[in-house]
Amino acid sequence: MLQLNRDDLVQAYIRMRTIREFEERVHTEFAGGAIPGFVHLYAGEEASAVGVCMNLEDKDYIASTHRGHGHCIAKGCDVEAMMKEIYGRREGSCGGKGGSMHIADLSKGMMGANGIVGGGPPLVCGAALSAKTLKTGGVAIAFVGDGGSNQGTTLESYNLANVWNLPAVFVVEDNGYAESTASAWSVGGSQLKRAEAFGMPGREVDGHDFFAVYEAAKEAVDRARAGKGPSLLHVKLNRYYGHFEGDAMTYRADGEVEALRETVDSLAAFRARVTETGLLEGRQLDDIDREVAASIGQAVTAAMSAKAPGEEDLLTDVYVSY
Amino acid sequence: MAKKSYRQAINEALAQEMRRDPTVIVMGEDNAGGLGAPGEDDAWGGVLGVTKGLMPEFGRERVLDTPISESSFIGAAAGAAATGLRPVAELMFVDFMGVCFDQIFNQAGKFRYMFGGKAVTPLVVRTMYGAGFRAASQHSQCLYPIFTHVPGLKVVLPSSPYEAKGLLIQAIRDDDPVIFLEHKVLYDDEEEVPDEPYTIPFGEANLTREGKDVTIVALGRMVKFANQVADGLETDGISCTVLDPRTTSPLDADSILESVEETGRLVVVDEASPRCNMATDISALVAEQAFGALKAPIRMVAPPHTPVPFAPELEDLYIPSPEKIGAAVREVMEHGA
Repeated sequence: MLQLNRDDLVQAYIRMRTIREFEERVHTEFAGGAIPGFVHLYAGEEASAVGVCMNLEDKDYIASTHRGHGHCIAKGCDVEAMMKEIYGRREGSCGGKGGSMHIADLSKGMMGANGIVGGGPPLVCGAALSAKTLKTGGVAIAFVGDGGSNQGTTLESYNLANVWNLPAVFVVEDNGYAESTASAWSVGGSQLKRAEAFGMPGREVDGHDFFAVYEAAKEAVDRARAGKGPSLLHVKLNRYYGHFEGDAMTYRADGEVEALRETVDSLAAFRARVTETGLLEGRQLDDIDREVAASIGQAVTAAMSAKAPGEEDLLTDVYVSY
Repeated sequence: MAKKSYRQAINEALAQEMRRDPTVIVMGEDNAGGLGAPGEDDAWGGVLGVTKGLMPEFGRERVLDTPISESSFIGAAAGAAATGLRPVAELMFVDFMGVCFDQIFNQAGKFRYMFGGKAVTPLVVRTMYGAGFRAASQHSQCLYPIFTHVPGLKVVLPSSPYEAKGLLIQAIRDDDPVIFLEHKVLYDDEEEVPDEPYTIPFGEANLTREGKDVTIVALGRMVKFANQVADGLETDGISCTVLDPRTTSPLDADSILESVEETGRLVVVDEASPRCNMATDISALVAEQAFGALKAPIRMVAPPHTPVPFAPELEDLYIPSPEKIGAAVREVMEHGA
């Protein structure tokens, strides 16, 4: 099956399960009032982040969106540090100064979730330029939502990546809704025709199918690594929760989410595929489920008891020197 | 040492830093020029020729021409800075910040804080500002107070060729994002500029005239006017200190306060629009921290609260002039004699 060995498949499943478990727990904890601010959950979209990032190494960069937890986990960010960050703790990924929308770990090639819709694609052009100029062999991936796909920054980045022939991939995660507004209404033309118009290949991908995403991303990443320029993936998927936690989702149809959980669950699809083909055993996956649940539980416990930053932290980290 | 123009001083700083450090790259619209066109290569070297000659020496891989697409390439410069390069991106006119400000203030300026001190973003945005070029409302603004307002950015206003070279080399070597504002009317000004590379530290004001009666704090092109005024008033027996803060962020508050403690009078000259500009900021600083030393009300000399007009007669009225600065100094001298 493709170029993934059993270890890769186990790794892919661990990451997808970690994202799901992480988001389900954040949902619960947020509802209980333990988490400050607001969070945007990635549950339901796991196959996209993991399918793409299984093609990447630490030297490769990604930039993410408001809905960034999944991308962080898929790129290898420390899960306990992420949970602490979401709780606003001093030991969080960003010392409690970033929060859910700004989790980053440049050492893992994660350039940050982003509070600005369409903020990531220009940054990714820069990371791709660094890779090209410094000849690292790396690539850079911009995750952008269907909402972000309509920002000028995104469209300008398509153009810049093409005229500079950058090792970049634009992954448009189309979950059907930009906040509460349907992408069916807000996206003029089509994502693939946009790619074509800017002179790059584009592919539509079923974002619930890890294997389809992995394969399409592999083609785009390989192309970028070979110096052949950028590509676009239009990944169609669904989110199980609202735009943000607390969103009553009155814009969705009655029973829509329940039906999605039944019919398009990327984890269930993955499990069926690898067990039916005998690549992995159900028991192995059950073990992973238990281990991941325990580790996320541990992350929440650790986050709850971790220290908040203090007054001594307020003024630091604004500048390297001032 | 030879006389060099402001333009040449900036060009020399860029070339010397690019020779010293292979991670320094330059990008912007027409920074070389002529890309893909049938005529000359390096056709422009920037719209006013500031980057001329860099592309022939360093190649298109390090002197990148861009589409007219500031949000993408200023953002790319921010992303490149966070991932191993030292980009010097040119925003042709500061007035165009409206289409790329997000990349500067929400992205580059906040990476370090948002990411808990783990990001280093050695980005320089060079940009042209200021009135006096008959360039009208969308090509003549100052706007540096807006950058100064944003924590995470450093803001530099070189007032002469010597200042421009030393401050730009400092900016390129600095590990924080720097907005480097070049006054378009100064490009042909000349003075002695050392051939070798040198740096001028940020946050250290330059005392360009030393006097005992009045402190004039002036920025950018206004330093030149303030010096002229100080020289002229000397013959009338009015002795002025002129302080050029050089950088509005960080701001050398100590030098300003110390000077006002000595003179007891303050005139602040700022070419930026008058509400929430550097003149108001510096006046507030002095009112708060050196009130007891003041012998006279603080005077601010700034343009009126209007867009920059086109007609030369109106633009000349708009720009703070040496006459207006001189009048403000005479006015504060009426107090506390």
